[in-house]
Amino acid sequence: MTDEPATSRRAFLAGTAAAGAGLVATSATAQTPDPLITEVQEWASIFGDPVDATPYGMPIEFESHVVRRNVEWLTESTASSINFTPIHALEGTITPQGCAFERHHSGAISLSKSDYRLMINGLVDKPLVFTFEDLLRFPRQITTAFCECAANGGMEWGGAQLEGCQFTQGMIHNMEYTGVMLRDLLAEAGVQTEGKWVYVEGADASSNGRSIPMEKALDDVMVAFFANGEALRKEHGYPVRLVVPGWEGNMWVKWIRRIGVYDQAVESREETSKYTDLMPDGRARKWTWVMDAKSVITSPSPQAPIRHGAGPLVITGLAWSGNGRITRVDVSTDGGNTWTPARISGDAKSKALTRFHHDINWDGQEMFIMSRAIDETGYVQPTKQALRDIRGLNNVYHNNSIQTWWVRADGEVENVEIA
Amino acid sequence: MSKSRELALASALLTTLAAPAFAETLGLGRAALPEEIAAWDVAILPDGTGLPEGSGDVETGDEVFAENCASCHGDFAEGLDSWPVLAGGAGSLTDPRPVKTVGSYWPYLSTVFDYVHRSMPFGQAQTLTADDTYAITAFLLYSNGMVEDDFVLSNENFTEIVMPNADGFYPDDRAATEYPLFSAEPCMENCRSAAPEVTKRAVDINVTPEDPDGKPAGTLPVITVASTGEPAAVAEPAAQETETVEAAPEAAPEPAETAEAVPAAADPALVKAGEAIFKKCAACHKVGEGAKNGVGPALNGMVDAAMGQIDGFKYSKALAEMGAGGGVWDAASLHAFLENPKGFVKGTKMAFAGLKKPDERDAVIAYLSTFGP
Repeated sequence: MTDEPATSRRAFLAGTAAAGAGLVATSATAQTPDPLITEVQEWASIFGDPVDATPYGMPIEFESHVVRRNVEWLTESTASSINFTPIHALEGTITPQGCAFERHHSGAISLSKSDYRLMINGLVDKPLVFTFEDLLRFPRQITTAFCECAANGGMEWGGAQLEGCQFTQGMIHNMEYTGVMLRDLLAEAGVQTEGKWVYVEGADASSNGRSIPMEKALDDVMVAFFANGEALRKEHGYPVRLVVPGWEGNMWVKWIRRIGVYDQAVESREETSKYTDLMPDGRARKWTWVMDAKSVITSPSPQAPIRHGAGPLVITGLAWSGNGRITRVDVSTDGGNTWTPARISGDAKSKALTRFHHDINWDGQEMFIMSRAIDETGYVQPTKQALRDIRGLNNVYHNNSIQTWWVRADGEVENVEIA
Repeated sequence: MSKSRELALASALLTTLAAPAFAETLGLGRAALPEEIAAWDVAILPDGTGLPEGSGDVETGDEVFAENCASCHGDFAEGLDSWPVLAGGAGSLTDPRPVKTVGSYWPYLSTVFDYVHRSMPFGQAQTLTADDTYAITAFLLYSNGMVEDDFVLSNENFTEIVMPNADGFYPDDRAATEYPLFSAEPCMENCRSAAPEVTKRAVDINVTPEDPDGKPAGTLPVITVASTGEPAAVAEPAAQETETVEAAPEAAPEPAETAEAVPAAADPALVKAGEAIFKKCAACHKVGEGAKNGVGPALNGMVDAAMGQIDGFKYSKALAEMGAGGGVWDAASLHAFLENPKGFVKGTKMAFAGLKKPDERDAVIAYLSTFGP
C-alpha cells in the first residue's frame, strides 16, 4: 500500500527522462490533486464583471502581449513609419483591426464622416463630389482581402535579421470589407475613352498618391468603409479607404479623397522613388503591383517557442497570393529535404489569407521548419536564393521567399538561413 | 405549370425593376466646382500637365531649402541621420549600398515638384508656394550637378529637363522572367543533397526589439500547469508595468519634494492639451523615458534649464551662444521661441514655423515641464 505511490512516481520520473525533453510535466502527469480543481476558486463563487463594464470590449489582460510592435531603428519618425501585426499570436484568417499593422506617411488623421468628401475628376464626363452619405447609397459589396506592405520581409533580403515572424512577415493583415465598387463610382462620373489610369490620393498630409491602371480599377477595387463588421479604424483610413485586392499595400490609399482619371500614370513619389525594385543591372522594375504567393509558419516561431516538449505538435501558418486562391501548402521539418502537404483549414479565398495546419508528433529533436505556398496559377513560392539569383540583394520589396525557422531541442526557435 | 409561370413573371419583373439601377447612373453626388478641382487636383504629370505658372532660381532655392528642408535633409541635400538623401549617388545603383537620390534614381522631375509641393515640409505640408517649389526643385537640380548656380526653373522650361535615370525603369516583367521558373511541380522527397547547415542567424545581428527578459519582443507568455493556482508568470510584468505608469502621475503630487520639482504640472487638462499639440514637434523631438536626440534635441528637463545644454546635441551656433550667455528656457523665452523660432533665435536649426496661439504654447510648455531631467 505504502509502496505503490512511490513506485508509480519513480516509473513516472523514469518515463519523463526517457522522453528526453526535460521539460515541465504536463497535466497528464500530475501527482497531487490540482487545487484549481479541488478548491473553490474566487471566480467560481463571486460575481464577475457586470454588463457594460466595457461598452466597447478590449482583449482580456492576459493577452496584453498580442499587440502591434514597431522596430524603432527602421525609421526616423513614427509619423512616417510602420509597425507589425502579431501574426505569431493570432489564429484563423481574419486580423482584428486593433492589432492590424499600421503604415502612415504623415500620421493617422482624425477625419469625421461629416467632413469627408470624395472627388472624381479628370477625364470624366461629370466631375463629381461625394459625401460619406452619398457613398452609403451605392450598392454595397463584401470582399475579404489581405493587405501586405510591399516591404514585408524586406529586412531579410541580405540575411536572417529579425527574430520573430511578427517582424519578418507581420506587415500584413486580412479583413472582410464592406463598401462600394470603384467601378460603380467611376460609372457615375462617366470615364472617357482616353481615360486609362486612375490616380488615387488620401486626405492626409502625405496624400500618398498612386496610379492604378483602369483595367484593375474596373475589376475588383473597392472603396471601403467597414472592416470586420465595423467602421474602419482611424489608423486604417477611417472613414473611407481603398481596397486593392492582391496588390501591394501602399496602393490601398487611406482617407481617400480624390480619384483622378488620366491618360497616363502620374509617376508619383510612391511609384518611382519608392516601391520600385532595383535590379542587379542598376535598372529598376516599376509597377510591380502584385504580391506573389507566399506563406509562413506563424507557430512555432521565435516568439512562439515550443514549451510543451516532445509529442503532439500543431504547426500553424498563413498562406496567400495576389494572383488568386491558395491551392496547396507544403511543410518541411527537415530543411526542405522532404515536403508534406499541410491541411488547408477553412476557406481558401482568392487574394485573402488562408490558414494551414500541419499536425506532427515531434520527436524532441531539432528541426528546420519551412512552408511553401502554391496558388491556383501553379506558382510555387520560391526560396530566397532563387529570388536573389534574379533580383540581387538591392531589391527591398516583394520578398515572398520561403522562411526557415530553426527549432532547437529545447523548443526555442530561431530565424536562420540554411545552405 | 402555374408555378413556373409565376417564376417567369417574377424574374421578368425583377429584370425590369433592377435594370435602371445598372443601366443608368444613380444621380448621386454633385458636380465638382472648378475652384474645388483647382484646390485638390494638384497632381503634376511627367509631361508637365498640372504645372502652375511660376519660377524659382537656385539661389532662392538654397535659402528656402535651408529654412524648410535642411533640418532633415541637410544643407546640401545630403540627408541627416536616416532622413532621405536627395543629392549625389550618381553611378551607385549597382553598388552593394546604392544611394537612390533625386539625381541618381528619380526618373521624372515632375515627381519632385509634385511631392515637394503637396507633401513637404514634413509635418507642414502644403505650405510652400509654387515659386518656392520651383526654387527648391532648381536647388535640387543644382545639388545634383545638373544645372549651374544661375539656373532658373519655371513652368516654361520645366519639361526640357531630362533626369539622368529617366531610362532606368521598366514595367514589371515577373510574368515573363520569374513565373515560368517558379511554376514547375516542386520536389517532395530527397530534395537535398546534404544535411542543412545554418549560414545566417538573426541572433548574430541582434537588432530585434526585446522584452525586459531579453526574449524577442512579444514572445508568448509561458502557460504553466498552474498546480499552485498562481497566475501565469510572464504575463504579469507587462500588466504591472502598465499599472505603474498609470499610477505614477496620481501618486506624484503627494510627496512635497516631487511637487516642488514639477511646479507646472498643476493643470492636468493643460498638460493633456499640450501632449496633443506636441505631436507637431514629435517628429523631431522626443520626451520621456529613454528619449534620445533626433533631428532635434530630446527635451526632458529643458523647462527652466539653460539654453543649448541638452547633452550630445549639436546646436546651431546662435542657440549655443545664447546658452553660453546665460540664456534660460523660462516661460517668457519659451513663448517667444515657440511663437516664432527663427525670429527669436536667428539661425536656429529648428524648421518649425511656430505656434501662433498663446494657449497652445502654454499647453506645450506645461506638457514639457512634466518631464524632468
